[in-house]
Amino acid sequence: MTRPVPPADEPAFVVHLAEFSGPLDLLLTLIRDQEIDITDIPIARIADQFIAAIHDLGLNQAADYLDMAARLLRIKAQMLLPIPADAEAWEDPRAELVRRLLEYEQIREIVGWLVERATLRADRFSRGWIEEAPERPAAPVHLDLASLLQAVDDVIRGIPQPVLHRVVPRPLDVEGATRRIEALLVERDRFEFREALGADYTIGDVISTLLAILELARVGRLQLVQDLPFGRMDLCRGPVDQAA
Amino acid sequence: MDRLTRLLEAALFAASRPVTLEELQRLDPEATPDEVRASLTALRLRYDEGGHGVELAELADGWQILSRPDLADQLALAQLVERPRRLSTAAMETLAVIAYRQPVGRAEIEEIRGVAADGVLRLLQERGLAAVVGRGEGLGRPLLYGTTPLFLELLGLKTTAELPRLDELAVALTPLVAPEPAEGA
Repeated sequence: MTRPVPPADEPAFVVHLAEFSGPLDLLLTLIRDQEIDITDIPIARIADQFIAAIHDLGLNQAADYLDMAARLLRIKAQMLLPIPADAEAWEDPRAELVRRLLEYEQIREIVGWLVERATLRADRFSRGWIEEAPERPAAPVHLDLASLLQAVDDVIRGIPQPVLHRVVPRPLDVEGATRRIEALLVERDRFEFREALGADYTIGDVISTLLAILELARVGRLQLVQDLPFGRMDLCRGPVDQAA
Repeated sequence: MDRLTRLLEAALFAASRPVTLEELQRLDPEATPDEVRASLTALRLRYDEGGHGVELAELADGWQILSRPDLADQLALAQLVERPRRLSTAAMETLAVIAYRQPVGRAEIEEIRGVAADGVLRLLQERGLAAVVGRGEGLGRPLLYGTTPLFLELLGLKTTAELPRLDELAVALTPLVAPEPAEGA
């Protein structure tokens, strides 16, 4: 099985870069497909084909490919230098590339073996998945008209009534109680605690009022007077006002 | 079947991964390792000779009940089972390098494959096929990677020793040894 080898000046070797896992893969494929002796690579021709392949496919941004292209050109240049008379000292500039290519080819062969094994293994199913199975699309729904209408009805029922404004009763209203007491203090010098509670008071009102009284007493707006233990508690206008 | 064999069969049936010999040993502390091994062989023969749809396989350093390959297509067609997703060539190459060079750092993987490896390494780690197994001595103490038991399970191997030896490969090359200098161009 021989392929026509394109002349060096026509590096028209059709490849699809996406099929290659990297520059070594591409390079090795170029060499093996043209049945080139890997220990004696015609570096000029291969370099041209390599560059053409990465250029034509617009992937010349890929750094890994560019790096290899540069290496190939460097080797190409080195090959142009005359071999010194003392051939013992001469080192083939392609040697390192050949070593890498053979090493990579070995990996490729191992990959072939791994894929074969994985394919065989994939035909033997175990209880646990090797990995989580991808989510399968849900089975198509079967329903009659009645249940469809019922479902629509349920949805419509579920729509909440529009809420424009909601009044939330505050459990404690110390500010309100303070205002109420201050209003009483303006009118009267002295009044009973109960009068500060207002009509129809709740336990919340009692606590709010007590807190308001304590606060006002603290700042000196009023005085608390209780003549007897558990007797009536009177609120008197505070010393500040008297001083004024 | 004797009680030990029945016990092993139940455990292997219920487990969702290969069960190691030590784990099987825990089922019956009175049984010797030889007895457990004999029972496993008996169970395997029973499946092999009785025309069962499953077999007892030894893989990933353990034992597992697997369906027989000749039934695979029908099982998959009925969507009762799912074949594992295939790995890309890049992922397979990286796994191959790791398997043979472990513990191995990213730089060496990239050197051999000629491409950046961080994306593939992340994928392999996510899928549990490769894991960080240590740190190297070199600059920055690079992370070193190795294969996992799941890698063996994916391939149906007992240990990494079952991978083909390098001298068995068609491409004869001892890694890191330079080839003979080629004849002058």
